[in-house]
Amino acid sequence: MPLSYPSLSHPASHAWTRTKASLFDVGHMVQYHISGPGAEGFLERITPMGVRELGTGEGGLSVLLRAGGGGVVDDCLVTRLEGEGEEGLFYLVANAGCREKDYKFLCEEVEKWVGSGGAEVRVRHLQDRGKAYGLLALQGPLAGEILGEALARECRVDLKTWYFGRAKHITLKLATGESLPIVASRGGYTGEDGFELSVHPSQTLAVAEALLESAGKERLQLAGLGARDSLRLEAGMCLYGHDLDEDTTPVEASLSWIIPKRRRTLQGSEGRFNGAETIIPQLTPKSKGGAGVSKRRVGLVVEGAPAREGAEVVDEAGGAVGKVTSGCPSPTLGKNIAMAYVKDGLHKIGTSLQVVVRGKKRRAVVTKMPFVPSRYWKGGATPG
Amino acid sequence: MRRRRAALEKKYTEDHEWIDISSPESASIGISTYAAKALGDVVYVELPTVDTEVNKGDAIGAVESVKSASDIMTPVGGTIIEVNSVLEEKPGTINKSPEGDGWLAKIKVTDTTELEGLMDAEAYRAFTEEVEDK
Repeated sequence: MPLSYPSLSHPASHAWTRTKASLFDVGHMVQYHISGPGAEGFLERITPMGVRELGTGEGGLSVLLRAGGGGVVDDCLVTRLEGEGEEGLFYLVANAGCREKDYKFLCEEVEKWVGSGGAEVRVRHLQDRGKAYGLLALQGPLAGEILGEALARECRVDLKTWYFGRAKHITLKLATGESLPIVASRGGYTGEDGFELSVHPSQTLAVAEALLESAGKERLQLAGLGARDSLRLEAGMCLYGHDLDEDTTPVEASLSWIIPKRRRTLQGSEGRFNGAETIIPQLTPKSKGGAGVSKRRVGLVVEGAPAREGAEVVDEAGGAVGKVTSGCPSPTLGKNIAMAYVKDGLHKIGTSLQVVVRGKKRRAVVTKMPFVPSRYWKGGATPG
Repeated sequence: MRRRRAALEKKYTEDHEWIDISSPESASIGISTYAAKALGDVVYVELPTVDTEVNKGDAIGAVESVKSASDIMTPVGGTIIEVNSVLEEKPGTINKSPEGDGWLAKIKVTDTTELEGLMDAEAYRAFTEEVEDK
């Protein structure tokens, strides 16, 4: 995927995604199927997710965790595609930059799982004859109507009751008149309503062309990595390798919300996730008898110059208290936004800090994320 | 009335800055058309402070797109005598006219022999073509 396409500059493409719809070729992401009688238990070992509670088609954001320290190996999307109970078919989407590392991690974890008496689990990279499945992200307020028009006549899916985080088998109509069954999840990485379409490698181009053609260029445009990065930052989402890494636990990353109540216990040796012995005590602050954390991911709004990755965060007295991990001028807000890790205690909304850019201190205020309100499809209102 | 920009005599650096060498007492500095294109839509410009004394190669400001920030290095040493405040309100001026209205600062050149090592327009064009080929 290029930074931008010739038809729209990066800021224009960003604004287009917030007002109309964009199509992102995110086929560099790595898609897996995880199946077998041990799949559910295995996923509850490597992620802190409530996998057992996932109904068919339900899914969400989670993280792959390293045993012991609980560092984040990668962030990922996990969805139950088929089956109830332990024997299910799960769909996992992970980052391209972690391809080799994730693969090695998954292989080692399967070995450990089976070695410790876990039921059989199969991990399969989604590909056909060496070619990875394509992934297209259709994002923006017009995404729903555009997808609706691209569905084949026989596809009876109801977009109004297809909520954020749900995956469905749908059938698209291609320009040739053929119908193509695919798997699509409602969600994405922009904070807008949208869909991620997982497509057989031989059909990805045909699907992209069908969507672009049926939507028309006044509604749908191709968008690149530049817009993807500034959109996700406005939406308060982490970029692995920048805002998340193996030295960071989900609690430090302010991702405690991805750990449901059932999984927040160290009682009994059954069903613990990797790193639980580190992560669960962190969930309770030091002041309340827990281990707490020493750093936390926060949002910042920075005055004057935009703060970029690596910029130092200092307190009023000038002492170093953290580092910026992502930052840019927000095209939607016209303010400089950033994510940073700061010392625990300085993470409260409204805390006044400073960020050093080109040797000068710039005022920064801890700000609630998402910076731009998300508009996921959660039902209630009518689309449009 | 627009001033005739073609009359300016410019020299360029390998970091894609230009300097107007026709009046070393008050020489305009900016970024090249090539650099402005490569950077994309400029959304923020940081200007130097008037009266600052600088050495050749010092960062005197920065231009930023949504994606990235680039420092601007002064092609020669001297004293900053004026800055183009228009860029604070309208940073896009750099994209519209990088080698004209989008000038960044004016410098009083300390040592005019420093101008001699810079590329003229033709040499700079050849330099950017070489960069493109790599």
